Amino acid sequence: MPACVEILSAGRVYASPRGAVTALADVSLAVEEGEFLSLLGPSGCGKSTLLKCIAGLDAPSSGEIRVRGKPLSGPPRDIGMVFQRDVLLDWRTILENVVLAAEFQGQSRRGAKGRALAERAMLLLERFGIGSCADRHPWELSGGQRQRAAICRALLCEPEILLMDEPFGALDAMTRDDLNVELSRIMGGGAEAEARTVVFVTHSIAEAVFLSDRVAVMSAGPGRVAQVFPIDLPRPRPLSVRESPEFTRHVAAIRDLFTQLGVAQH
Amino acid sequence: MLIALWQRAAGLRGTLGTLLVLLLLWEAAVWWFAPPVILLPAPSGIIADFFRTPGYYMKQASMTLWITLVGFSLATVLGVALAVAIVSSRLLDRVITTVLVIMNSLPKVALAPLFVIWMGIGAEPKVAITLLLAIFAIVADVALGLRSVDPDALALARVNHASTWDILTKVRLPNALPALFVGMKVAISFALVGAIVGEFVGGSGGLGFVILTAQGQFDTTRVFTALTLLGIMGTVLFYAVESVERLAVPWHTSQRNSAGHGRSG
Repeated sequence: MPACVEILSAGRVYASPRGAVTALADVSLAVEEGEFLSLLGPSGCGKSTLLKCIAGLDAPSSGEIRVRGKPLSGPPRDIGMVFQRDVLLDWRTILENVVLAAEFQGQSRRGAKGRALAERAMLLLERFGIGSCADRHPWELSGGQRQRAAICRALLCEPEILLMDEPFGALDAMTRDDLNVELSRIMGGGAEAEARTVVFVTHSIAEAVFLSDRVAVMSAGPGRVAQVFPIDLPRPRPLSVRESPEFTRHVAAIRDLFTQLGVAQH
Repeated sequence: MLIALWQRAAGLRGTLGTLLVLLLLWEAAVWWFAPPVILLPAPSGIIADFFRTPGYYMKQASMTLWITLVGFSLATVLGVALAVAIVSSRLLDRVITTVLVIMNSLPKVALAPLFVIWMGIGAEPKVAITLLLAIFAIVADVALGLRSVDPDALALARVNHASTWDILTKVRLPNALPALFVGMKVAISFALVGAIVGEFVGGSGGLGFVILTAQGQFDTTRVFTALTLLGIMGTVLFYAVESVERLAVPWHTSQRNSAGHGRSG
């Protein structure tokens, strides 16, 4: 059985006025079924480009990407995507925003099916602790609440693969911790978890180690995968796991690699 | 909300107060310098003139208002349709934009006689000129609004295999609503100009026709009465569009009024 996502020596070269720019050079990586994998690296390492290629929003200029054995041409079916900005539409309430992806996929908001859809959206909002915001508009919510709604929107269609592009990058540290714990609870193992494959882009070592089953460390100029670290911390992971010696060991190992690669991390 | 209303009321009082002071100064100046009435009538004379034949003035004003509203409505509907065409195809963009730019650089006053030759002296040529004057602002602003969509919103649509129709109706058009109202506020003033130009050239009624005939008889007071009515009409129309905007784009106007509201945390 093939891996969920296979990246086979994928490269991406952009034409620019000053000549060709290599964003990705010969990246090979496999994401296993049900795995939480982080793409970790400094800005310019091509981690977002790689994620866009997996989403079918961009295409590699060399090599190939396969999702469940099938080579990609355009966005694959059954993926959910969360962006760094929440991309909530201001003219829709939170509940209406959450059902938007389902509407795009052709589901109706009217009739019995529409009511069932709204009910499922409501349950998701409650699981993420923002049920009371359902009838409010995006501009009335805080950044953390907005990003929670964006995650609900991506999960509503029960995607097989969830792609997250620095989803917590614009949030303050405390809100970020909250959302890390919540995402870990909902996606990454444990009694309430939904077994799904997640590819998560971040530039925070602690966030990557806390959330992931494996961390693919990328380096810039040109973008490539330097090393893949398995993270064997037991799940569920409470926030306090970050004080454990194992956690610290993983973080230190990744930081050492960045130092060797000549990237200043902080 | 209450504070906003109070501030609006305060703003209105300021405007009316300024207007009143200016009118009193005008009245006093006419009384003091006593210019011939053919040069400058007093505000009291203008008001008296209106109330001598209020029915006549209201009838002429309603003709002008009707032409303005029909032309403006057509410009809005047609303008939105053209803007959608412009953003949906590069070929249509080139063709429509070229035609619009040429049309817009021609002085519409110079086109008016041609329209009278083509369409006679009824309402049609006047509506046509009104439409032509008003449509450019609508097309330009709506096209910009349709284009300036968050690229991530389009990526979200693509990842979920949204249809072109869904992208247009659920993302692009609502996103263009604030821009549409910017265009409509410019267009409503142009529409009134268009109606008057039409009445100047091929008129048998309306405030433009009143001004033209009163000028022929050197009845300056009458010119001023018509101008006053035009000023009131233009102001009311502008604020009417703004009120509709408040109802139609609450997410935009409310953000404009209280920037950053509820954005902390």
